[in-house]
Amino acid sequence: MNAEVKQPKVLMKVENLVKHFPVRLGAYGEKKAVVHAIDDISFDIYRGETLGLVGESGCGKSTTGFALLQLYKPSSGKITFDGLELTAMEEKALRPVRKRAQIIFQDPYSTLNPRMTILDAMAEPIRVHNLLPEKEIPARIAQLLDDVGLNFSFANRYPHEFSGGQRQRICIARALASNPEFIVCDEPISALDVSIQAQIINLMMDLQEKYKLTYLFIAHDLAVVRHISDRVVVMYLGKIMEIADKKELFDNPKHPYTKALLAAVPEADPDHERNKSRVILTGDVSNAIDPPSGCRFHPRCQYAKDACKKAQGPQLIKVAPGHLSACPYF
Amino acid sequence: MSALLEVKDLETQFKVRAGKLHAVNGVSFSLKQGEMLGVVGESGCGKSVTMMSLIRLLPPSASITNGSVMFEGVDLVKANKEQINAVRGSKIGMIFQDPMTSLNPFVKIGVQLSEGLMYHKSMRKKDAYDRCAQYLDMVGISNSRHRLEEYPHQLSGGMRQRVMIAMALVSEPKIVIADEPTTALDVTIQAQIVDLVKGLREKLDTSIIWITHDLSLLAGMVDRIMVMYAGCVVEEANLRDLYKDPRHPYTIGLLNSIPRLKNNENRRLRSIPGQPPNLLQKPASCPFASRCAFKTERCDRENPGLESVPGDDGASGHRIACWADTRGRI
Repeated sequence: MNAEVKQPKVLMKVENLVKHFPVRLGAYGEKKAVVHAIDDISFDIYRGETLGLVGESGCGKSTTGFALLQLYKPSSGKITFDGLELTAMEEKALRPVRKRAQIIFQDPYSTLNPRMTILDAMAEPIRVHNLLPEKEIPARIAQLLDDVGLNFSFANRYPHEFSGGQRQRICIARALASNPEFIVCDEPISALDVSIQAQIINLMMDLQEKYKLTYLFIAHDLAVVRHISDRVVVMYLGKIMEIADKKELFDNPKHPYTKALLAAVPEADPDHERNKSRVILTGDVSNAIDPPSGCRFHPRCQYAKDACKKAQGPQLIKVAPGHLSACPYF
Repeated sequence: MSALLEVKDLETQFKVRAGKLHAVNGVSFSLKQGEMLGVVGESGCGKSVTMMSLIRLLPPSASITNGSVMFEGVDLVKANKEQINAVRGSKIGMIFQDPMTSLNPFVKIGVQLSEGLMYHKSMRKKDAYDRCAQYLDMVGISNSRHRLEEYPHQLSGGMRQRVMIAMALVSEPKIVIADEPTTALDVTIQAQIVDLVKGLREKLDTSIIWITHDLSLLAGMVDRIMVMYAGCVVEEANLRDLYKDPRHPYTIGLLNSIPRLKNNENRRLRSIPGQPPNLLQKPASCPFASRCAFKTERCDRENPGLESVPGDDGASGHRIACWADTRGRI
């Protein structure tokens, strides 16, 4: 990405997105409550980039990915994909968009139907969208399998015959089957072993280059996000804390939460680990059913002032070109 | 200092439908008083099974077929039921991976914590509860008296893992085996737990065996590391030697395949090609040979034992199971 030279084109625009889930609590479900999964977030995804989305479990990062693809209907807000306002469209009208925007899930064990052969699983998007006549499908599958480094001889096998890494390759190939422009990658490597993770990351970067894909890469592993992303969004408890170019975010983090998150990641270097400044966050992530007032991070923030607890939380403010932070003090 | 625990040629097999699964294939190591040993490897490499074999906490399908585990003059492999019960939980404690499933949801925290004390130390309930409350305070759980009367679901994930740690420590064991205790937790909570364990270890002088798949995590905490692959120890070294001067091709590959948070600009990850071997056959030659860049003809014939690294007189304790001299070839 070279933002200074060429103005990047926005592929997906998210404006004031909100997603609340109604839940019932108590032993008999007698209490109604609302989980504030996403509360008023806005960001853009540029064509051809990888936008990393990081945060701890329960911060709403997966919900955001699902809402972008209209797999969850947002409670309010506007999502625009290549000029089409997805949030205003009917399910039927969304169909043609669905083949352009795909998803790779976290767990390659539960997202492949155990009773479908690899060929059937991969051919399903092609058949559903009527992209190719039936007799051309095997050739297309062969090419897709080749793209992800698998052999066509595997096509008639069932998922249980494959290892985790191979299954994730199949899931990637299936996501590519409908020639998408945009792929939401929902923690695609966190269920895999370290040496296999590296293979999949390299594969995803190669495919992005080959097919000019745009990724929303959701992960909790900051080192992986740093490796693959162009820009990074940091979320905490349903809110965006910071957005910046990768280099800027990792070298010059502004928000106290981003700083604490970066400090918590262990580095495979004993000297660095011994000498690093230790900022250990106290306490747990607050509950999304009853989120704290004001800045969502204030109960764990060592710099919290009284103003941080006031009703309206801080807005994202520009601290440098392309760098937004939701903390007015840093 | 003499060794507290001495493991020799340990072999553990599982009976499976397809035959015998050779999960642990001749593991030898020792542990000193107060030492913290890291055990790292990918899933299925036998790291957990090895440590479970020490206290014979294995499913019925598994059996220890060879080797010895000497602890306080008793060979735990041959020990009778009474002897092993006197060790489990009392002298060798366990912290399991998943605090969500390792605590009984129907039983109050206090009852679960005090059970061991009342059984092993014949303590009265009141004394046991006093001791438990004291340990809950020590692991950073406030309002500990009150917590003893709560059920596991009333605590967050990080709190439950703290309870598990308190449970492992409350009977003041000589050794604590921690089996991926932070894998299910978020990074900021992981940092809290790691800090806690490091502090407790200094205070109590307990020996700790920390099992993980995450090499980065160990860099800031342990004294010595054992790298396992296909049921064998392939490299053993002091913390600094392992990261700064890794010698086994698998360790080198693992370190290369981790994305780094610092200085990782546009570095393509060097992944290890291929997959771990099937352990239905006991590896007769080097189990890593098929994935190894340094492979020679000898590697397909003989399995190298764990020997001091070339150019070392054995004083540093740096040992590898490899025929190749990888010095300066990385």
